Amino acid sequence: MQSFLLLTLLLLSIGGYYMGRKRAFAVAGGHIRNLHSLPSFYGSYTALWCGLPALIVFALWATLQPSVIIDLVVAGMPPELRNLPPDRLNLIVNDLKNLVGGNIVSSTPDPAMLEAANHYRNLRVIGNASLWVVVMTLAIAGVTYAWRTISPTLRARNRVEQVVNLFLIVSSTVAIFTTVGIVLSVVFESLLFFRQIPITEFLFGLQWSPQTALRADQVGSSGAFGAVPLFAGTLLISGIAMLVAVPIGLMSALYLSEYATPRFRAVAKPALEVLAGIPTVVYGFFAALTVAPLIRELGAALGLHVASESALAAGLVMGIMIIPFVSSLSDDVINAVPQSMRDGSYALGATKSETITRVLLPAALPGIVGSILLAVSRAIGETMIVVMAAGLSANLTANPLAAVTTVTVQIVTLLTGDQEFDSPKTLAAFALGLVLFVVTLILNIIALRVVRKYREQYE
Amino acid sequence: MNKPTASPPTKIPSRDIKTIVNAGLARRHAAERRFRWYGLIAITLGLTFVVLMFANIIGKGYPAFWQTYIQVPITFDATVIDPQGNRDPQAIETADYAGLVRAGMRQLFPTVQGRLELRALYGLVSSDAAHELQDRVLQNPALIGASQEVWLLASASVDTLLKGNIDRTLDESERPIKDNQIEWVDKLQAAGKIEKQFNTILFTSGDSREPEQAGIRGALMGSFFTLLVTFLLSFPIGVATAVYLEEFAPKNRWTDLIEVNINNLAAVPSIVFGLLGLAVFINFFGLPRSAPLVGGLVLSLMTLPVIIIAGRAALTSVPPSIREAALGMGASKLQMVGHHVLPLAMPGMLTGSIIGMARALGESAPLLMIGMVAFIVDVPKGLMDPSTVLPVQIYLWSDLPERAFVERTSAAIMVLLAFMILMNGLAILLRKRFERRW
Amino acid sequence: MSTTALETKVALDQALDLNTAPRKQSSVEVTDYDNRQTVGKITVDHPKMVCRGVNVYYGEKHAIKNVGLDIGANEVIAFIGPSGCGKSTFLRCLNRMNDTISICRITGQIKLDEDDIYDKSVDVVQLRARVGMVFQKPNPFPKSIYENVAYGPRIHGMVNTKAELDDLVRDSLERAGLIKEVEKRMNEPGTSLSGGQQQRLCIARAIAVNPEVILMDEPCSALDPIATAKIEELIDELRENYTIIIVTHSMQQAARVSQRTAYFHLGDLIEVGETDQIFTNPKHKLTEDYITGRFG
Repeated sequence: MQSFLLLTLLLLSIGGYYMGRKRAFAVAGGHIRNLHSLPSFYGSYTALWCGLPALIVFALWATLQPSVIIDLVVAGMPPELRNLPPDRLNLIVNDLKNLVGGNIVSSTPDPAMLEAANHYRNLRVIGNASLWVVVMTLAIAGVTYAWRTISPTLRARNRVEQVVNLFLIVSSTVAIFTTVGIVLSVVFESLLFFRQIPITEFLFGLQWSPQTALRADQVGSSGAFGAVPLFAGTLLISGIAMLVAVPIGLMSALYLSEYATPRFRAVAKPALEVLAGIPTVVYGFFAALTVAPLIRELGAALGLHVASESALAAGLVMGIMIIPFVSSLSDDVINAVPQSMRDGSYALGATKSETITRVLLPAALPGIVGSILLAVSRAIGETMIVVMAAGLSANLTANPLAAVTTVTVQIVTLLTGDQEFDSPKTLAAFALGLVLFVVTLILNIIALRVVRKYREQYE
Repeated sequence: MNKPTASPPTKIPSRDIKTIVNAGLARRHAAERRFRWYGLIAITLGLTFVVLMFANIIGKGYPAFWQTYIQVPITFDATVIDPQGNRDPQAIETADYAGLVRAGMRQLFPTVQGRLELRALYGLVSSDAAHELQDRVLQNPALIGASQEVWLLASASVDTLLKGNIDRTLDESERPIKDNQIEWVDKLQAAGKIEKQFNTILFTSGDSREPEQAGIRGALMGSFFTLLVTFLLSFPIGVATAVYLEEFAPKNRWTDLIEVNINNLAAVPSIVFGLLGLAVFINFFGLPRSAPLVGGLVLSLMTLPVIIIAGRAALTSVPPSIREAALGMGASKLQMVGHHVLPLAMPGMLTGSIIGMARALGESAPLLMIGMVAFIVDVPKGLMDPSTVLPVQIYLWSDLPERAFVERTSAAIMVLLAFMILMNGLAILLRKRFERRW
Repeated sequence: MSTTALETKVALDQALDLNTAPRKQSSVEVTDYDNRQTVGKITVDHPKMVCRGVNVYYGEKHAIKNVGLDIGANEVIAFIGPSGCGKSTFLRCLNRMNDTISICRITGQIKLDEDDIYDKSVDVVQLRARVGMVFQKPNPFPKSIYENVAYGPRIHGMVNTKAELDDLVRDSLERAGLIKEVEKRMNEPGTSLSGGQQQRLCIARAIAVNPEVILMDEPCSALDPIATAKIEELIDELRENYTIIIVTHSMQQAARVSQRTAYFHLGDLIEVGETDQIFTNPKHKLTEDYITGRFG
């Protein structure tokens, strides 16, 4: 229905383009030289007048219509329904929407609901019809206006370019709005959370057991929201991951850049980077179904008790995922060390490994630290592997064989499934998200600074 | 300063360097070899992980492309399907096809008696078999009254048994398939009435609680719609931003801010984008949960930085001489960009976008936040239908304990990886094809 | 021509032998050798290094063509020639720095005292400890001044105690004429020094290992005249204990610091002789053209 309207609008705009172009030829008396701009600009000018205002109205209308209709329907409901507390009213509105949509409803509909549903349908039909009328009127009015203003002196190109410029500028602000959106949504919900749970308890509490409050007066309804076990778990798993990724990634980068023949490098480097392209859910599957059982059996064979969702399995696989990240960043950094450093060392009779460990690595250290920081931030924010392979129980332990949980795992578990939006449980997820965002942001900023400083040093 | 050439060597102090160096050589060369080995081991380990993961997943997944079917003699009894005899479609649709399947199974093993035994026997075929018969009759009403040998989908436990993933030596209570069932399966196999066929269900049906009926079509369509939205939003906006920043933007604090923003967004954990989607698109704008539209919106915000960064790199690689030439001909700045710079930069931009889309295809964490993680049987038909995507389907299936699901998860991963390889291959091809050295 | 006929013959035979074996040689190039015989005396009485029939190939490019040359003990010999003539390439053969370039291939014989440096039995690490090198651009390691100088002795295990190392570092810096300037700032990074000081630091770094020969690849090209004068003075002092081979594009510099000069042209060694003679009375036309500035 609405896509049909959009299609019609598109066709109208295309029509407008040709009309505008024809009109331009006509007013110029057939000589393009008389026109200020090329005829195609007059066409685009007309098309824009046709489509743009109508499109803006359409977008506004489409976003506002549902809520307006709901308000009208609620206003038309019998008073005993209308005066219900907001949360009950919400349920009824949900039922109503389901009823209209033809889905299964939680209870058999009573006559009042049926009537409201009818009212809803009627309003929707009226709304859609008037949308058609308004949009079409606007489109035609636009074309007419453009048609009448077209004259040889009309600066059609400049007008069109102004619109395109505006589009470019608006596009470039999307990144800003995204950041603002992230910050606002996370901070706002976190503030609501910290109104219920003190921020000190959240940041320094040692107990994490978010409970669902079924009733407000339920005993222990607030649960415990001390996030330290989550931070510790995140650090433990990321730490294991870095223990895997840093030596392997760094040594691989060193081997590839200092020892490997160009042919070996041409094959091995992309092959290693395949690891970076594999979706994280695949790593999660690998960790949960292959690595974790393997480690458990290995532990059993050695007489150790290994939890089936051990931090070791998740960390190990996460480390594998991060290897190409460390290796390609370090490779860049190592290659940025000038050849003259190597020459200077070789000329003194140093072996390759002496040159690497005593000259290259110290020289590249800031850059390598920067790339490791970036990798750490990647590990902290990684979700799927830990969701699939790490546990849910918030243990405060440094034992890699035990099950721990992480910030991201808790965000996912708190937010998947049906939740009331403003229970402390869901809000806690946003508070965790805030911590995650801030920590990764700081890590990234430091890392980028360090790497940039380092690059400048050799430029 | 010119002194006589080749004067006899004067006394030079302590020329013992040769011996000193020689003394340490063996040790130093050993250290060198060791270091070299560490490097080689590291890279071998890395490559081994790649091979291991692929081997593991392909090894687990490839059996899922075959599915076991049992040949059952079915009598399309007119008194069951169409008791009135008036070919009323409504009646035909609601007839007791499960009864027909059961009758067929009894016909295969006439000696089986007793309620429990019979139930075990019926358990050999999937519950989907009845739908299969229904489809056949609806498509071809002439079947009514006829008898036919029909290949019916076997149940997951039979399938798993035949793929050799059930240990027959285990105690009966510990395996999903009982002794008598195994006996029947063996008999069927001896009679050639059981075989493996290519698993079309995997590609034609949506999710299901029964492993043998579960397919990835729903997830594939969900991924398609989600990526469609992602591409339609992020490509134009990304290109526009790159063009603006590279060609038009004045150098000031505002554009600096935009740049810093883009670089930081590229490093924000994906799950945070999910939180944004949940708070903004679902709770604030009231868009439906689980809809590809919302998923696409979230993923396009994630993909934007990738496209912008690639787009800017592509634009900077166009030499300034082209711009000067266009401007010199009297083109407006926009015409210069539109006619000359953008077409030259387009392959690079497309390459970046495809890589960005491939990443979006593999992304799952933010989609969990916006409810694309529900159990959805129906194949989505539009941007607003509840749906899931391929990686999330993998996540959902990986949680299920049945061996048949493990197999399907691996198969789904293979499909996902195939798409990723395809997309990355396309990007590489594009780069190779249009790579230009100025 | 002051080269003895026999010597030329030997050198030529070697060249032909070595060249035909690994790579097909066209007859045109061989006659080319006849025309491009080195003018002057390539031998000395007390040779430190002896090179015969040295050829260098970069992939398909024949960069050094059949060069034979002796380098005397405790002499300063300068390599001059237009850019791309192969003088730096030849220099880098002398401590096998060309090994780091994978497409580079070297034939011929280069002897340091009695050891053929391209022989399998010779360890490149040991060779480079004996033949030090100073580069065009000062390249101090991103370490402290002290650590820069201590690097060589440390990796070769030349000292046993910290005190010995301290002495060696001080001594090297003193011999490089740098000690007064850096005495108080031994722990500052080497990169904090001025260009000329950095280059002297690199020389100190090289002599800390106590090599027998020091190769210098245009050591002053990145330096101002005052720093250059200091380095040249230093070279003259170092001659007492070391054999120094210096590549330079400045003929004045060659004239100031060297006793012998070798002129290279497009991979050929055109003329060798005492520096005075080369600059005042060149025997080959090409040398004369270069000296008089007809090309360069």
